[in-house]
Amino acid sequence: MDWSQSLRLIAPEETLSIAGLVLLLVAAWGGDKASRLISILSVAALVAAMALVAPALCGGAMGPDTSAFFGQFHADAFSSFAKILIYGSAAITLVLAPSYFERFNSMRAEYPILVIFASIGMGMMVSAGDLLTLYIGLEMMSLASYVLAAFLRNDGRSAEAGLKYFVLGALASGILLFGMSLTYGFTGSTSFPLINAALANGLPTGALFGIVFMLIGLAFKISAVPLHMWTPDVYEGAPTPVTTFFATAPKVAGFGLLMRVLLDAFGGQSAAWQQIIVFIALASIVVGALGAIGQTNIKRLMAYSSINNVGFILVGLATTTQAGATGMLVYLTIYVAMSVAGFTAILMLKDADGNYVEEIAKLAGLSRTRPGLALALAMVMFSLAGIPPLLGFWGKFVVFQAAVQADMLALAAIGIAASVIGAFYYLKVVKVLYFDEPADVVTGESDVWHKIILVFSCLFISPFGYLLTGWLGANAEKATTALLAAL
Amino acid sequence: MIHIIAFYLFAVMTVGSGAITILSRNPVHSVLWLILAFFNAAGLMVLAGAEFIAMLLVIVYVGAVAVLFLFVVMMLDIDFAELRAGFVRYFPLGALVAVVLLAEMVLGIGAYHAGGIQLGTPSGTASTAAGVSNTAAIGALLYSRYLFLFEAAGIILLVAMIGAIVLTHRQRGDTRGQKISKQNARRPDEATVNVKPEVGKGVTL
Repeated sequence: MDWSQSLRLIAPEETLSIAGLVLLLVAAWGGDKASRLISILSVAALVAAMALVAPALCGGAMGPDTSAFFGQFHADAFSSFAKILIYGSAAITLVLAPSYFERFNSMRAEYPILVIFASIGMGMMVSAGDLLTLYIGLEMMSLASYVLAAFLRNDGRSAEAGLKYFVLGALASGILLFGMSLTYGFTGSTSFPLINAALANGLPTGALFGIVFMLIGLAFKISAVPLHMWTPDVYEGAPTPVTTFFATAPKVAGFGLLMRVLLDAFGGQSAAWQQIIVFIALASIVVGALGAIGQTNIKRLMAYSSINNVGFILVGLATTTQAGATGMLVYLTIYVAMSVAGFTAILMLKDADGNYVEEIAKLAGLSRTRPGLALALAMVMFSLAGIPPLLGFWGKFVVFQAAVQADMLALAAIGIAASVIGAFYYLKVVKVLYFDEPADVVTGESDVWHKIILVFSCLFISPFGYLLTGWLGANAEKATTALLAAL
Repeated sequence: MIHIIAFYLFAVMTVGSGAITILSRNPVHSVLWLILAFFNAAGLMVLAGAEFIAMLLVIVYVGAVAVLFLFVVMMLDIDFAELRAGFVRYFPLGALVAVVLLAEMVLGIGAYHAGGIQLGTPSGTASTAAGVSNTAAIGALLYSRYLFLFEAAGIILLVAMIGAIVLTHRQRGDTRGQKISKQNARRPDEATVNVKPEVGKGVTL
């Protein structure tokens, strides 16, 4: 193995690590007064990292040239696709944060630094070629996320969110680790290709247990049913910019990791995990759709919506085909854009005193007081529901198309039926926004950066987004080709 | 033969004390049972020929629990007189546990000298090179093959440290720090002096 080549391949991770360490020093001397500067520099570092990973995606990099450190790390087109989404959404949450935290006098210099370290961890997750890389990346992301959830430490709900996330997350990590040790014990290796080779002649019961336990741990991280219980509480309690972060980057990383593990390490044993994925996909769709109906807090509603969407994305994985995996990446990209738009709109809901409004009932008649904001929220809701002119429809379309091509008609039919149930609560929000008597609560001014992000993300999910679907699909295709070639 | 006896002893003790760790109602008892579980797990590692991991388990986990204990004793209001009251009554039980641990150590070392036990069939990639102690083997791998992951684990520790500081460090308004410059600038003629006024005379200030 060539060390200099390995070090070149991890250039984005190196950039981010050095940026994180230097900014930590700036934070130590500059204090919280420097937090705006640190945020700007962190965004610059994340953008630089995106620029560093972009060539691998455009060139469709794959094969042995892209594997670093004895195959523990893959810098191929798949990891680049996921990393662009991860770094991009991390940068957006950094832009969203300052005005929110300054409202509570809690903008601290450590926020951007923790986001950077979480991004390094997530980058490692999607590049993992070895169980150890997987676990270390996952823990780096999780530890930073626990702290971010509790970042408003004087706020009871935020502290509760942090504690719940930490306790349940530690349990999930333990179960994942147990599954990994079983897998290692029964295959004799932690490297994905060697695990796959060891399982080529059949699956011992111990390794099956390993798969099941690893799936439990990973399903927790992407908040798939039946391990979704933490999601509404954490999404509601965490500061809104942090919730935006949780709904975007860690989801991409979790799915990237799940695809690596299931399609690379256990790719030869897809019959063993396919039924599990089918079950959690359908359960997530149904529980997400039904659970959202009674919600009165819009952040909780978005949490159930995220569980629901995770189910749709898992439908792509359940097909075990390349078309399904490509569909997952397309859906993930669209989902990230919808989440960013949705949570940015939620961040802009402020009353006259500048307090953040989260009650759905208080948004009544928003279309008459803040027509632009109401339109944006309505677009997000229609798009999440998958109603045709908006881009959310395209995501569902490619995933279900893959399911139909893989002869999984029952899965597709149940998924589509459940998405109709889900449309009910999305439309209920639109009804409150447009047809109820104005409550005149949301009158506060919005930050200019929030407006810019909202406009761009709404443009992406609007019908104009269809202009990009060809390009997006082609890149996702390159990424999944590299994923399957990593074996 | 000694292998088999030692293995089953350690395995049963590990599982048993692990179960009591969760079942015991008193958290302090749980911690003690946890120590026993770690100790026996270390014994299993010794049997498997992984003496480095065994020592790591004892030093890191048992050591960490001891530190945790210190914190508990420091932070909680514990009546030491009451704590000592049970000493004589529980002494035989404590002595028994100590003897069991000692016996386990002797047995473990005996079994270790009789050679490692065969755990399944290691594949070519997982077996260690002959003639290298496993501390040296782990060190050689950690700083070469797994260098990237080792460095990443270092970043995890840094993140944990930042997290602990972010969540707990705060500037408190009610503390009075020492101001050395102010102390140095103090002059005797500005200061309060201690006088002994005689009765009926009054004082000059």
